[in-house]
Amino acid sequence: MSDIAEITVEDMVIDFPVGGGLFRKQYLRAANGVSLTLRAGEALAIVGESGSGKSTCARAIARINMPTSGTIRVDGAEITDPGFRQSQRDYAAKVQMIFQDPFGSLNPVHTIRHHLARPIRIHAPKLSSTEVDERIIATLERVGLSPAAQTADKFPYELSGGQRQRVAIARALAVGARFILADEPISMLDVSIRLGILNLMDDMKRDGIGFMYITHDIATARYFAERTAVMYVGHMVEWGESDSVTQSPRHPYTQLLISAVPEAGIRKTRERKAKKAEIPMRTPESRGCPFAGRCLKVMDRCHADMPPITQLQEDHYVRCHLY
Amino acid sequence: MDGNPPPLTQPLLSCRGVSVDYVVGQRGARACNRITLDIHPGETVGLAGESGCGKSTFAFAITRMHNAPALISEGEILFEGRDVLKMSDRELRAFRWKETAMVFQSAMNALNPVITIGEQLIDVILAHQDVSRDAAWARGEELLETVGISKSRMTSYAHQLSGGMRQRVVIAIALVLRPKLIVMDEPTTALDVVVEREIMDELQDLKDRYGFAILFISHDLGLMGEICDRIGIMYAGNLVEMGVAEQVLERPRHPYTKGLVGSFPTIHGPKKRLHGIPGSPVNLLELPKGCNFQARCTSCFAPCTTTEPALEKVAEQPPHFAACHLVDTDAEATA
Repeated sequence: MSDIAEITVEDMVIDFPVGGGLFRKQYLRAANGVSLTLRAGEALAIVGESGSGKSTCARAIARINMPTSGTIRVDGAEITDPGFRQSQRDYAAKVQMIFQDPFGSLNPVHTIRHHLARPIRIHAPKLSSTEVDERIIATLERVGLSPAAQTADKFPYELSGGQRQRVAIARALAVGARFILADEPISMLDVSIRLGILNLMDDMKRDGIGFMYITHDIATARYFAERTAVMYVGHMVEWGESDSVTQSPRHPYTQLLISAVPEAGIRKTRERKAKKAEIPMRTPESRGCPFAGRCLKVMDRCHADMPPITQLQEDHYVRCHLY
Repeated sequence: MDGNPPPLTQPLLSCRGVSVDYVVGQRGARACNRITLDIHPGETVGLAGESGCGKSTFAFAITRMHNAPALISEGEILFEGRDVLKMSDRELRAFRWKETAMVFQSAMNALNPVITIGEQLIDVILAHQDVSRDAAWARGEELLETVGISKSRMTSYAHQLSGGMRQRVVIAIALVLRPKLIVMDEPTTALDVVVEREIMDELQDLKDRYGFAILFISHDLGLMGEICDRIGIMYAGNLVEMGVAEQVLERPRHPYTKGLVGSFPTIHGPKKRLHGIPGSPVNLLELPKGCNFQARCTSCFAPCTTTEPALEKVAEQPPHFAACHLVDTDAEATA
């Protein structure tokens, strides 16, 4: 399998059953009309609060969940197609996930060597054990865990949170991942080591690795990712080039998110940027803009129709009736 | 709030050289090393540092809520002149919550899942005050409304509330007896930014209304810069820098503070590569001779490996302290 250059998601919808009767199933719409492109050597940040569908989208791209409708194409070939010729194993070797909690994602009874050797053996069964070992050492060095030979023999509890997250990244690299779907990779880490992980991933972009960076911290999205998409209740509400989205946010929700970012020395005015309302639960029957209930600039049609996509700049799009 | 030092009142809480040790086998790991800190009435003081720097241990020690193997090995803690460390169990029970309340990090775990929110609110009132159940219930309803939750939620259980609402309930419970000091241990860490913003705004409103002091513990320097009057930075059990919030963030003196301040990508301003702090936090059981930060410090020089720097005044007005051999005092800097 050749290296992937692009993963394109088009109009993806993901519904989850949430109870109801035998003949009247109820569904929750976790993602609605999501379209995005991941490119090799670039990072796309997905920003949104808990429950906005960010992780669901990543899991669909990793083929853990199947989308209800819509397509995911890898260099043009549709992976949701039953006739997709790549096995899950080949695909998984190229598209790897990193999870939020480095304490939960490593097995406490195995050494770091084991964590890396197993995926290498599964994905490259022809390698001799010296070759496997060489690859382990090289990968650990690459993620900055030197001396690698000593680190390989350690157990997860002997490593700090940041080092563990480096092991998780090494595990993705060891099998030759070209795309890494990083689900809040730094939110559980200490502030002083977060940047180390972000900078490591930034360096990996130069080797052609593409990232989907899921976060609720829009400031790190701007720092790390070339492009940013803001999600709200399963919808992409604004997306495009990171600087454009963060410096001139147009959607009221993006503006709310950015105004909420704490900035040292700046005492924020306490004026309300949004109405107080519960975050709505979206079902396949829901109509209108998901943010309408909280939006200060809400108009009648916001409750009736989902806004169409408006192109503001070459790479800056928004879904809002205001534009 | 305007960067001036707090008025010269008697401090509400005065900690003098407080050390807390965790006794591990024959050795002790020193989680807080001779911390001296005053909190004045109505003041918001922040304590920042990474995990394991001792900030939460210190917060627990203030109200003697620490459990074995933690042990306050030296120092004194005075609350309005009374020695907290010498209080009897009975005095301590009256002191906690009535004068110093705590808000813990995970509101999910701070609330009891099997009794209603209302029961938990009035429990505090009934334990401390001689009032009827009905009166306590009415007080509880009133308090829920002040933190922005409908009083109909009194009969809800914790699992029926969102994370932000649970944190509000925990704040309401802390406020119930109108304490003079509230210790907040990472109150918004598990919350989304928008919810965090709402809660912080409400907290400021409540503070304006009731005038309590806050000891705010967090690793989010940005948030601290917004709400704190003074900020203390802790590293490996030591208070390494202390000063007025704007001074600490804009003119940090200790290399660790500089590193921390430089660890936050900003939402506005120029986009440049930041470097954070190299290395990992030091193991409290294997502290080096000299400065604890030496292994990660880019400006480490000879004295750092032999002598532990003391917290010294580096600027007079407003007072600013740092514990580093390198720090320039204002006098030297202008000379």
